[in-house]
Order: sequence, then structure tokens, then C-alpha cells
Amino acid sequence: MSTTNVGADDAPWVDGNALAGPLGEVMGTDLTVAELTCAGCRTSRPLAAMRVFDRTPGLVARCPGCEDVVMRVVRTADRVLVDLRGSLLLSLPVPTS
Amino acid sequence: MALITRGFGGRRRDDPNLPPGQYRTDDFPVLSAGPTPRISLDDWELAVVTESGERSTWSWAEFTALPADEPTVDIHCVTHWSKFGTRWRGVSLDTLLADVETAAEYVVAHSYGGYTTNIPLEDLLDGQAWVAYEFDGEPLVPAHGGPARLLVPHLYFWKSAKWLRALELRLDDEPGFWETAGYHNYGDPWREQRYQAD
Ligand SMILES: [Zn+2]
Repeated sequence: MSTTNVGADDAPWVDGNALAGPLGEVMGTDLTVAELTCAGCRTSRPLAAMRVFDRTPGLVARCPGCEDVVMRVVRTADRVLVDLRGSLLLSLPVPTS
Repeated sequence: MALITRGFGGRRRDDPNLPPGQYRTDDFPVLSAGPTPRISLDDWELAVVTESGERSTWSWAEFTALPADEPTVDIHCVTHWSKFGTRWRGVSLDTLLADVETAAEYVVAHSYGGYTTNIPLEDLLDGQAWVAYEFDGEPLVPAHGGPARLLVPHLYFWKSAKWLRALELRLDDEPGFWETAGYHNYGDPWREQRYQAD
């Protein structure tokens, strides 16, 4: 399931599932199940719960609580850059075999 | 009606006004990295802060009373669209910085909402940049950066910070929101400087 505010009278965002494509492409794992702790308000949420502004040069994920930037993802010609300075912690489940 | 046409609307690579890798659009796409700040004109303020901490500020009334230009310019977004002949009204940076004492070589533009972008000072002077508050004869709407935005048309449009709040003059360069996340530090569309390695 995905959420979005497209149609609202504000800058459009989509949910954190929009990050699955570019991140999964280079990391080979579904990062949307990861939890991220916002450096602004110290709340932990699944990456999928973040608000992703995708009509920008890169992708900007913001905390739905305090609106601070938790992640920036930029895809260049041959690299994906992930800027995590707005996050305190990235927590990932160990895959079950 | 002209009887002779001259190949208007030819192949885009023939268009000398279109930088490499760009296509032409007549729309004005809205790009936003976050919620649109709503700033009332009573609370709005523009500041110029020098490297020694000296601060000049303008209220909305003071700012809009300054001599203004009406530039018509082409703009180029790093997401590959270019828009030709955009009409603005704004205050030249030459005017805003005329009485400012500085040895700075770099500027960081700060926006309401937290966005930042860095530009060499020399790229903002000599009629190359404005703080714009009207587009196409109308007040600049919040979605496009109103009340006022930076306009630096010779660089990719992410350098033209929306919702401008302050210009920080610096002796050293400090990369901004996109420049620290993989985009080019300078961003010349004619040299296709999109990403750090370009
Ligand atoms: Zn937060």
C-alpha cells in the first residue's frame, strides 16, 4: 500500500516505498523494511513511512513527524549516492533463511 | 502571415539556445524538496550577512522600493527541461550588494524551509543575478519560490534558490543541499555539469 498527497495544495510527496527502486538497485535488499531514526526528533519509523519528495533533482525523504530531511538519494550516470546525515540510525532486520 | 518559413522548430540539437542534454518545454514544472513555506509579507525579511558578521536587512516594503530590473531569460533545470524567454521582475544583486563591504569570494543562499545552495560571488554580480518577486507580470507564487527567489539563469536552476531568506558572504566555499549530495558544485548547463564527477 502506498500513500501520497498528490492533488493536495502543497508540494507533492509519495511514501517511502518510492525509495525501494533506487536503493534496491544498488544494495540488492528491500530497504523499505529498515527503520530509520530521525536526527531531528529522534523518532524511529520504517523507511516506508517517510515522505518522499520526488519532483526534485534527487529524492528527498523527510520525517512525517518533524519534516526534517532524513535521507537524500541522488542517481548519477553510474552511481547512487545516499546522504544519511539527517538520520541517527538505520536498523535492518536480519534476513531469515 | 509569412509566406516564407525558415525551418522554425527544427531538430533540437540545432537550437543554439539549448544546452546539451536539455529539451525545451513551455510548461513551468514545479520542483520541491519539501513542503512549501508560507511566509507572510509582514514577517518576510531578506538579509545579507558578510564574513565579518555584518548584517544588512530589508523588509518587504524596503526591498520592493529598490530599483528593479525586468530580465527576460532562458532557464535550465538539471532534470533536463529548459524554458525560454521567462519574464521576471527583481532586484539585481549589484544593487543589493552595492554598499556591502566584503572580501568574500563565495555566497551561500539560505531559504525559508532550510534549503541552501552555494555560488561564487562573481557569478552573482555584473547583471547576472536577481532576487525576483514577479513572474510573467504577476507576484511570484509560493510554488515557484514566492515571495522572492534567487534568479541565476546561467547556472542550473537548483542554484536559483526559492523562498530566499539570506545571502551569506564567505571567504571559503560551503557546498549546499544538493551540492553535498552528489550534484555538481558549480552547475554550468553549457558544460553539462550535473553531477560531482561531470
Ligand atoms: Zn523527525
